[in-house]
Amino acid sequence: MAPTLTGRKTLGAGEGSLAVFFALFALLWLFIASKATDAGYAFHAWLFVLGSIAAVVAIFKRYMARPAAPEPQEIDGLPNYNFGPVKFGAVMAMFWGIAGFLVGDIIAWQLAFPVLNFDLPWTNFGRLRPLHTSAVIFAFGGNVLLATSFYVVQRTSRARLAGDLSPWFVVLGYNFFILIAGTGYLLGITQSKEYAEPEWYADLWLTVVWVVYLLVFVFTLVKRKEPHIYVANWFYLAFIVTIAMLHLGNNASIPVSIFSPKSVIVWAGVQDAMFQWWYGHNAVGFFLTAGFLAIMYYFVPKRANRPVYSYRLSIIHFWALIFLYIWAGPHHLHYTALPDWAQTLGMTFSVMLWMPSWGGMINGLMTLQGAWDKLRTDPVLRMLVVSVAFYGMSTFEGPLMSIKAVNSLSHYTDWTIGHVHSGALGWVGYVSFGALYCLFPWLWNKRDLYSLKLVNWHFWLSTLGIVLYVSAMWVSGIMQGLMWRAYTQLGFLEYSFVETVAAMHPYYVIRATGGLLFVAGSLIMAWNLWKTVTSQALAIPVRPAGSALAAA
Amino acid sequence: MATETSGKKSLWDRHKIFETNVFVLIIGSLLMVSIGGLVEIAPLFYLKSTIEKVEGMRPYSPLELAGRSIYLREGCYNCHSQMIRPLRDEVERYGPYSLAAESMYDHPFQWGSKRTGPDLARVGGKYSDEWQRAHLADPRSIVPDSIMPGYPFLLRAELDLDAAVAEMKTHRLVGVPYTEDQLKNALADLKAQVNPDDANADAMLKRYPKAQVRDFDGNAQKLTEADALIAYLQVLGTLVDFKLYDDKANLR
Repeated sequence: MAPTLTGRKTLGAGEGSLAVFFALFALLWLFIASKATDAGYAFHAWLFVLGSIAAVVAIFKRYMARPAAPEPQEIDGLPNYNFGPVKFGAVMAMFWGIAGFLVGDIIAWQLAFPVLNFDLPWTNFGRLRPLHTSAVIFAFGGNVLLATSFYVVQRTSRARLAGDLSPWFVVLGYNFFILIAGTGYLLGITQSKEYAEPEWYADLWLTVVWVVYLLVFVFTLVKRKEPHIYVANWFYLAFIVTIAMLHLGNNASIPVSIFSPKSVIVWAGVQDAMFQWWYGHNAVGFFLTAGFLAIMYYFVPKRANRPVYSYRLSIIHFWALIFLYIWAGPHHLHYTALPDWAQTLGMTFSVMLWMPSWGGMINGLMTLQGAWDKLRTDPVLRMLVVSVAFYGMSTFEGPLMSIKAVNSLSHYTDWTIGHVHSGALGWVGYVSFGALYCLFPWLWNKRDLYSLKLVNWHFWLSTLGIVLYVSAMWVSGIMQGLMWRAYTQLGFLEYSFVETVAAMHPYYVIRATGGLLFVAGSLIMAWNLWKTVTSQALAIPVRPAGSALAAA
Repeated sequence: MATETSGKKSLWDRHKIFETNVFVLIIGSLLMVSIGGLVEIAPLFYLKSTIEKVEGMRPYSPLELAGRSIYLREGCYNCHSQMIRPLRDEVERYGPYSLAAESMYDHPFQWGSKRTGPDLARVGGKYSDEWQRAHLADPRSIVPDSIMPGYPFLLRAELDLDAAVAEMKTHRLVGVPYTEDQLKNALADLKAQVNPDDANADAMLKRYPKAQVRDFDGNAQKLTEADALIAYLQVLGTLVDFKLYDDKANLR
């Protein structure tokens, strides 16, 4: 153990400078709070002040409590992993997941029964919908990515996470960004770019957090004890780097003033549309695909106890996937005022993208070779495998919908919504659930989950929910698309717009019911994880910290 | 993993540099993800055919711009597109297909991605102000099957005039061609557009041709957010005269 009595304890350079930074940051936001032109912005300024003060207090409290020597990199020749930030991210993922699913289901009921909007600014669909999308993508998905990436990079590098306070800065700072973004939507603070709604100051804060995230990740890889960078880490790295690029490109804006939450995007019209869907589609491609493929590449082999099916396939599909994905954006803009050449490029690359996507699916599914029997006994592995199957399905549907003739029918309809949710609920949701079901016992040193039976319940309830959701949206989407273009024998449009809206009602009820089942499943999951963490009976006898499992 | 069975290095062996050097891996990835964006985005800024040459497009008047900000704030884009595609049914339902030029002053664009409600690219002039007011306050009082939320609070909320003027200045910074004259008179123009008797109304119309000057919310006592939003909705799609527009001149 580190000597605690010899050697005087001194404030580290990182601790000192971070404390000074947050002290100055608190002052800056105090100044902004005093002159803010908008009540919502003043509220955010106060949140920044309080958050900064809390950060300074936390840094000093931690300093008072810690031993003089810094945390050792290794204990008894084994890596001394830093799992605190991982645990925090995992818990926040579960929390935001439930919140995001719940808001999603509420707005699904609003579409079926509009009276549920209550006609108040803070409860109307227009403000809640970004809250839902951001909560599930960035809050739930983001925390899953932070937690798993910090876990996987340590395990596969056999090295402690780089930095002392910086991993905590990343997870706490990121969740603070979520808080600002989410409350902002309710208060009407938005730049109205889909999936990039947070305003300039939230974007700047996220940029700082993201750079630190990249540094922590990269420098953990730099000090790895393994000769090779494991394939999951390639995907994490591509995700972090590309999201940084997309975030900066799509959010280029000029604030109206430092005292106003509003900013104006520098791009306009057709160029802005292209920037937006270059960003938007690759938020799907890199945030929701590359990052979660990384999760697949670690957790599926781990849980199945089998090596990845083909290393060479992973090399090919990695480079092909990241190269092709970035071109696919214009398929969101078919038949619009975007020039045809760009639409054609977008369609072509979207169709090609089918191949590397299925490369990933094949690599994930075939990893089960010789372990297929486990699907009967291990519902967690089943969840992971079904997620890969959903990935395969939605990456087939995507290229199909990107074909202009198909898109002319599907665009603007619920078919898109159904497609997104087969990917989001089936792929991203299930691979995250599988990873969290693995992580919680590992992180809290438990032999196993509290109840596999409850995992089974979660699996079947949410699968039923997804089936209801996706099939309702297929029917309503295709039906509405056909109704819009239906003509009478005399050559007039057959339906008024609102007739096509009325026809959606039963499907909206079915969809919202499916969503409810999905929410119910996630509540069962949270209960199961809670019981896992608090159970004494499941505890593994204490060993030296961080060496509970052999390095992966 | 690649095995070295012969003296000659295979491609798989050469890939090892990416698997062992994190900085090489980052640079390789960045190169791969940059190409698509560069090829698809950069030409849109210099290819002259990207944005058609049209008559009639002008920057939004101060009131219209303020209304647009409310449209953004309330998230109208979540359910309404502003992009009519060149398909028979859309042109018959909504009007002439949208031109890139019609959104060249839109920061950000509002083409949308979903039609839970109808397209709004040419909603201007389609309904009366009175219809818009009643519909905003309680959509189902006008359209019984509508699933749109009600926005009665917009009819009560006073418009933030300072914010509207400040946003105009920022729009000029990002390239919207507002003149000094337009910026100087922003506040006066904003007030003039809701009051046909205003002494400044004619000058305002010169600065913003085809602007509609009316008390949009039917409440002369107050300049409300509904005034601004309805002024914005009523100008949508009305600036380009499609009787005069020559689509052959802009073949792309």
